[in-house]
Amino acid sequence: MGEPNGVSTEVERFAIGISFGNSCSSIARISPEGKAEVIANEEGDRQIPSVLSYIDGEEYHGTQAKAQLVRNSKNTVAYFRDYLGKEFKDIDPTPSHQSAHPQQNGSTVAFTIRDTASETPNTVTVSEITTRHLRRLKQSATDFLGKDVNSAVITVPTDFTDAQRTALVAAAKEAGIEVLQLIAEPVAAVMAYDGRPEATVSDKLVVVADLGGTRSDVAVVASHGGMYTILATAHDYELGGASLDQIIIDHFAKEFMKKHKTDPREDARGLAKLKLEGEGTRKALSLSPNAQLSVESLADGIDYGSTINRTRFEMLSGKVFAQFTGLIEQVVKKAGLDVLDIDEVIFSGGASHTSKIAQLAQNIFSEKTTILAPSTSVSALNPSELSARGAAFQASLVQEFDHEDIEQSIHPMVTATPHLSKAIGVEFQSATETTFQPLLTAETALPARRIAQYTAPKDGGDILVRVCEGAREIKVTKPEAKAKQEKPADDSDSDFDSDDEEDEDIREIVWKTEKPVAELAVKGVKAGGKVEVMVHVNPDLGLQIAVREVGGSTAVRGAINGSA
Amino acid sequence: MASVQVVNVSLPSLPSGWTADKDFKAVGSLSPATQRTIEPVGPHFLAYARRKRHNRTFSEDERIQAEKTVKKTEEEDEDDFSDNEDPMMLQREAKDWKGQDHYAVLGLSKYRWRATPDMIKRAHRKKVLRHHPDKKAAMGQSDEDDRFFKCIQKATELLLDPTRRRQFDSVDEAADVDSPSKSTIAKKGLYKAWGPTFVAEGRFSNKQPVPLFGDDNSTQQDVESFYNFWYNFDSWRSFEYLDEDIPDDGEGRHQKRQTEKKNANARSKRKAEDNARLREMVDEVLALDERIKKFRQQARAGKDAKRKAKEDEIKRIADEKKAAKEAEEKAAKEAEETAKAEREKNKKNKEAAKNAAKKNKRVLKGSVKDVNYFADGEASAGQVDSVLGDVELIMGKIDVDELAALAEKLSIAGKDGAAVKAAYTAEAKRLVEAGKIKEGDAKVFV
Repeated sequence: MGEPNGVSTEVERFAIGISFGNSCSSIARISPEGKAEVIANEEGDRQIPSVLSYIDGEEYHGTQAKAQLVRNSKNTVAYFRDYLGKEFKDIDPTPSHQSAHPQQNGSTVAFTIRDTASETPNTVTVSEITTRHLRRLKQSATDFLGKDVNSAVITVPTDFTDAQRTALVAAAKEAGIEVLQLIAEPVAAVMAYDGRPEATVSDKLVVVADLGGTRSDVAVVASHGGMYTILATAHDYELGGASLDQIIIDHFAKEFMKKHKTDPREDARGLAKLKLEGEGTRKALSLSPNAQLSVESLADGIDYGSTINRTRFEMLSGKVFAQFTGLIEQVVKKAGLDVLDIDEVIFSGGASHTSKIAQLAQNIFSEKTTILAPSTSVSALNPSELSARGAAFQASLVQEFDHEDIEQSIHPMVTATPHLSKAIGVEFQSATETTFQPLLTAETALPARRIAQYTAPKDGGDILVRVCEGAREIKVTKPEAKAKQEKPADDSDSDFDSDDEEDEDIREIVWKTEKPVAELAVKGVKAGGKVEVMVHVNPDLGLQIAVREVGGSTAVRGAINGSA
Repeated sequence: MASVQVVNVSLPSLPSGWTADKDFKAVGSLSPATQRTIEPVGPHFLAYARRKRHNRTFSEDERIQAEKTVKKTEEEDEDDFSDNEDPMMLQREAKDWKGQDHYAVLGLSKYRWRATPDMIKRAHRKKVLRHHPDKKAAMGQSDEDDRFFKCIQKATELLLDPTRRRQFDSVDEAADVDSPSKSTIAKKGLYKAWGPTFVAEGRFSNKQPVPLFGDDNSTQQDVESFYNFWYNFDSWRSFEYLDEDIPDDGEGRHQKRQTEKKNANARSKRKAEDNARLREMVDEVLALDERIKKFRQQARAGKDAKRKAKEDEIKRIADEKKAAKEAEEKAAKEAEETAKAEREKNKKNKEAAKNAAKKNKRVLKGSVKDVNYFADGEASAGQVDSVLGDVELIMGKIDVDELAALAEKLSIAGKDGAAVKAAYTAEAKRLVEAGKIKEGDAKVFV
């Protein structure tokens, strides 16, 4: 990757992936071995808080700046990503309540901070802040890699408007970063997994739950043959790690009040301290069953220290957890799917470290669904790093392209594609039943080609291949009632256990043939042989089907003309 | 992309009689496709983009068209939540949240209990964007004026909690639809006037969906299920929301308990009142409902018709029975008469036959006498005896018809002795063959 490849731009391009979050940002690149690597900044942080703070003209960034929220909140800018490219009337300033407040500046948003040594505050627009933030990120990457980083792929939420995108690209340009492409966060997360060298390409439906610091975004992504399509998204702008921090804060504040009769939350500085420490405590709880919180001079000059265990925390957070899982269920429903259709759930974002959320999600989905979160899967990647890794992967792919070339490729003319509305597969008719095996599932982007091998009947002979459109149905079967156990007369003491186990309906996917499309015959197949079926679907819904015996020389072919 | 899946299901054999040109038969076509945007990331996409763009340039028109047809995954914010806040409402204090109309605060007055949690969330966000105190401060307004914002937070918190929302919905008078007055009923008709009231009351039902009031054309079953539903109304309505606040500071356990008790009493009293009110309402409507009268009339008419039909049936059966009896009697009489006639006829026939037999026998005996017992000259007594004995024998064994035939033959033979003898001999031979007489029985006619 480091070698010059003869691309005739003035300066050699060197691209990284940037995940620009509302609370935290990450930078990543693809190592010479082809693995995605998240770069630590000079302080050793891989999740760099998106915070800038100014004391006497000195700029602080990341964790250092975040610490300033307690003492220097008026000159500290945080949670500004979502203000970028928006009008003042459209922003929700709640997250910035404890830092510099956003203000109206013409049609955009700005902050009034003392960012120079002088006493008079300056008005700094949100794009300027973004530029400064990105410049620091770029600097960290450059320092780490020893090479001037001048371009990047940046991840954005799926609901980022064109205005926001334009503003971000402009701000990045200002910081000396050429934005090669802006990619959607959920897709970056899927790609972080698919871009691993050991990953294989398959057809799957993935739910990406991006549980961030201040907001959560969940998306259903169809991944077919390495092509990604977002089927539905759901957002909750008030749910995130901060909602969980609040529970910790409230818990300790109440404990403090019991002892000292003062509410530390009433005092802005006390609250800021609690918030900062509470976040650390919450993160610690994701890793260990117990966590500490200690704050010097929390309120009225009293030092405070206490512990909380995970069980307690999970008990208190039940409601918030339910909101997270509710959001996931909502998006599946919105996509017109059932939880049984989902093959994979990827947890992304900082709050995904919370083990209970992934465990609860496991209960929603079937056992076949892979839940990729640190608490449920050992092979899961760090949820906080997924976006940056995906962006780095994309950056490595497009960095040699001309800007014009990328522009052309991401235009709707190229990306708007017909997708299959029904699954295509092969029907199996036996004496007793008719079954359907999908070959191309619904929502596969066209053109698409799939090949499958089927076993021939035991004694060989002539074989019929019926290619059909199919649909899946959810079959609900009530488990057999175990009423008989409860009938005997002396059930005086069975009151306790009779209601414990509520039988759940057994739900399963059943495929049904909807419409036959074509029939092909293969003659004289050897006993125990195999038959290979190839289906190719054109964008105009035309079909080419070829069937041949594995090892045989001749194939039966046929084509159906498309409608459009 | 084209990796091979291996499926371990065996394909069906070719049914006999399946033929197609080149072994391929197109049966149908695919369903129309959905236009969606694929995400422009990943190596497979880049390969795809290269293929798609290869040697092709797209016109501006095509570009615009492509953007338009794509199915949207991000919904646009197009809610018609009302933005007009009553200035009085803006002055409210969150402290007396019990008195506030939470739906109005969020601009959901139009939806009230119909608002979904998602709508509440969106409405909340919209209000926050407008009324956040930090924004007001930034715009130069007083920093302290976050009263309405607190109201918004309170309203959202309450409405997003299902239990507390039900408590509020229970006493949400603004969602009630009052019983219509007589003039309204007269103007709009019973069904249109009362329908909304029932829909509003139906929001408290544990059983959903609530049957509709319907109209004049509703079936009896629908109407009955409607009234059954309302008379067995299963309501979740409760009145905790109107509870008196229990002092938190602990003025004393005694007072706290007393308040609790008072609250519990008030709740059950209100609940009972509510149930009674609902019952009264349904009674009132039932009394007014023309359909009930109609159905009753129909039922009565139906009953009358049934009774009449039953009576007719009885009469019909009686008539039938009578007719049957008469017919039977007549038939019996006729049968008797025919039997009598038959008997007489039989008697006559028998007599005639008897006479004929007698006559024939006479002919038989006469015939041998006429030929002088086959003797030339005076027949000896022995000869006469043996001839007559044979004749007797034949006569005894022969039946009536054969007798008649023989008699006829004999009368044709007349006085020709040989012919007479031949006739007898033939007859005797036949009888011997038939086994009626033995070979040696006949002495003369051999």
